Amino acid sequence: MDVVQLQRRYTEYLTSLFTDGFLDEQFKQLQELQDENSPDFVFEVVNLFFEDSERLLNELAKALVQPSIDFKKVDAHVHQLKGSSSSIGAGRVKNVCVAFRNICEEQNIEGCLRCMQQIKHEYSLVKNKLENLIRLEQQIIQAGGEIPVVE
Amino acid sequence: MDYCNCIDPHLPADDLLMKYQYISDFFIALAYFSIPLELIYFVKKSAVFPYRWVLVQFGAFIVLCGATHFISLWTFSMHSRNVEVVMTTAKVLTAVVSCATALMLVHIIPDLLSVKTRELFLKNKAAELDREMGLIRTQEETGRHVRMLTHEIRSTLDRHTILNTTLVELGRTLALEECSLWMPMRNGLELQLSYSLHYQNSVGTTVPIHLPVINQVFSSNRAIKVSPNSPVARVRPLAGRYIPGEVVAVRVPLLHLSNFQNNDWQDLSTKYALMILMLPSDSVRQWRAHELELVEVVADQVAVALSHATILEESMRARNLLMEQNVALDAARREAETAIRARNDFLAVMNHEMRTPMHAIIALSSLMQETELTAEQRLMVETVLRSSNLLATLINDVLDLSKLEDGSLELDLETFNLHAVFREVVNLIKPVASVKKLAVSLSLTPDLPTYAVGDEKRLMQVILNVAGNAVKFSKEGNISIIASLAKFDSLREASTPDFMPVPGANHFYLRVQVKDSGLGFNPQDKPNLFNKFAQNHSLEGRGSGGRGLGLAICKRFVSLMEGRIWIESEGLGKGCAAFFILKLGIADRANEAAHFFSPQLSANNGVANFTGLKVLIMDENGVSRMVTKGLLVHLGCDVSTVGSGQECMRIISQEHKVVFIDVSVPGTDGYEVAARIRERFSSSHKRPLLVALTGNTDRATKEHCLRVGIDGVILKPVSLEKMRSVLLELLENGPLRALKP
Repeated sequence: MDVVQLQRRYTEYLTSLFTDGFLDEQFKQLQELQDENSPDFVFEVVNLFFEDSERLLNELAKALVQPSIDFKKVDAHVHQLKGSSSSIGAGRVKNVCVAFRNICEEQNIEGCLRCMQQIKHEYSLVKNKLENLIRLEQQIIQAGGEIPVVE
Repeated sequence: MDYCNCIDPHLPADDLLMKYQYISDFFIALAYFSIPLELIYFVKKSAVFPYRWVLVQFGAFIVLCGATHFISLWTFSMHSRNVEVVMTTAKVLTAVVSCATALMLVHIIPDLLSVKTRELFLKNKAAELDREMGLIRTQEETGRHVRMLTHEIRSTLDRHTILNTTLVELGRTLALEECSLWMPMRNGLELQLSYSLHYQNSVGTTVPIHLPVINQVFSSNRAIKVSPNSPVARVRPLAGRYIPGEVVAVRVPLLHLSNFQNNDWQDLSTKYALMILMLPSDSVRQWRAHELELVEVVADQVAVALSHATILEESMRARNLLMEQNVALDAARREAETAIRARNDFLAVMNHEMRTPMHAIIALSSLMQETELTAEQRLMVETVLRSSNLLATLINDVLDLSKLEDGSLELDLETFNLHAVFREVVNLIKPVASVKKLAVSLSLTPDLPTYAVGDEKRLMQVILNVAGNAVKFSKEGNISIIASLAKFDSLREASTPDFMPVPGANHFYLRVQVKDSGLGFNPQDKPNLFNKFAQNHSLEGRGSGGRGLGLAICKRFVSLMEGRIWIESEGLGKGCAAFFILKLGIADRANEAAHFFSPQLSANNGVANFTGLKVLIMDENGVSRMVTKGLLVHLGCDVSTVGSGQECMRIISQEHKVVFIDVSVPGTDGYEVAARIRERFSSSHKRPLLVALTGNTDRATKEHCLRVGIDGVILKPVSLEKMRSVLLELLENGPLRALKP
């Protein structure tokens, strides 16, 4: 596939991610920060996000299977996840985190389990999308083109 | 002859006369015996005869009389001595009884006679009472009629019904032949027959109001008898011989609201209607006093009911009028709204449509200026640029003005540096002024606050416009700008009916005076100065193009800021002075000493140079730490990062100019870190600036930050622009608690 087609596919994909709410403005900021001094900035941040989130999700899962759930700890983890997701611009994950925190305040066990499921789901979705995106970017670069900027 | 005791009657026994006597005596006896029988019979029948004893006596007397006559039957012929004796006894008894009876009668007959008199008297009395009862009953019935009438009249508020009911009921109650009502006409000169019971054809005829009979009726509140021949009473055509019944007329006051406002509502302004009542003709009936009273009472009630009806009518009319007006106003308002919306839509579209090409022109012209051009080309490009700038300004002004006019423009109030605004304006006009060899001087009085709360951009626009005009219209000389705090006296001087400055605790009035020694203007043109598009004929048109919109907009802005702007000139060629006073709020941080105060405000967010600025980031969250680092690296800073408070305290040094602390993680205390940093560097002047990164900017967070001495707060997620502007502000203005949402 030639560069132009790849670029077009990339642009469409990225636009759809914005439209569907998977990514928000913050992601655009990250892309802006990528320049010749830090050419892989976005890639690095995204990977860090994956590592961080997976760790947090494990911790969360562990905390929620305890006989008596420590809501404070759960809240702290969710807060971290919220921070990460908002820094990277993963909009839907962040929203679920916000909801999760409210439910934690209410100490609603069922609600927490449900939110957990939702977060896992959203996270896997956004991870998938970001991986696709990065792959497209790499394909473009290999084909010799430049990554188009999406407004 | 035998010697016998026989008595011999004088007359021979078979004489005719004797025979007749004999028969008469017989019948007398019969009658005399039957009379007591009859008496007994009838007395027995009647139980209440008080004189029984008299009757007995009388009966005895009659019986004895009868007996006497009966016995005398035997005395017509030869009769024995016994018979004579019996006869004598009878006669004697009869005499006794009859004398006794006679004596008794002397007592009784007067009694009987008086009974008769009393009976007659009582009969008369009874007859009288009967009559009076009849009268009372009549009156009571009349009273009932009045009540019913009144009730009927007052139960409706419809004038027509009231009058009709009155006439009908009166006619019925009093059994009138005719009952009619004459109402005064609008011209006040005539009475018109408005209502009539039986003669509807005559309705509409008029009589002049000043007839003597009418005056007589109107001047008294009683019902007055009038002649049947007077014009008001002649409602039906005179036909044949008849004796018209008596006619009574009474006035009916037509009251208005104004009548009730003074106690005596019988003043001259009251209008009256005339009610005519006619008794049936060919009858001997006459108007009785109680009937007249009834008529008067009814007339009064009608007056009251009519006034109520009138008032109701008027209020209904007023209400209908109001409703109509409301509807009309509503429609007008909706029209106006539609028009405004249409205009706004148009402007919004035009805004974009007009600005886009303008920007293209201006941008490309400026770019072209940067390239290699011949002198001629450069001149052309400069003209293009100047013109398009002017056009862009004009477009902006038009859009601003329309927003100003429909009131949708709102001032952006914020705290700003007042002195800096003036300096900026001077900087902007200095180039042009120096080309024209004009000297510009700025003088700010010491009592003028450095900081103020207001709309900085628009204030600058006003000052720039006024100062720019001063420069534009001067060919030589100098321009002086004096800004001062308006004191009470100057405020009072400047007051006009439209502009009433009120000194207060939270605001002050800025007074600015811009004097130039230029062309001036004719005092005649003064009223036009601030009008849109008004050309100033006395000015030479070279490049000046009149005043356009600038001053009009200034005036609007100044009014929005609750101020006043005016220009004075002594005449053509004598320069002019522009003055304006406007209200600004007093800023809280007017007293803060600015460490890093720089006299030059960078007016645009151009390339701000943070190269080599050493900063430290403290954030537990790896991802956000990395993102923030990326931001700051992009801006050119030298970034170090730490993940915890202890690490932070270990690494931090005086070289770090700014420290970014994430305070949003619950459980860790970013605030504590901030406090500790301040403690450590409290003695030195150049301590690092502290900026908090947080997820929420509620009041509690802000207050907390202020308390521990944090210099700035940024809301996560941080954008490049946000970071840049915060850093800029921090570094230029020092620790001024820049709170950037």
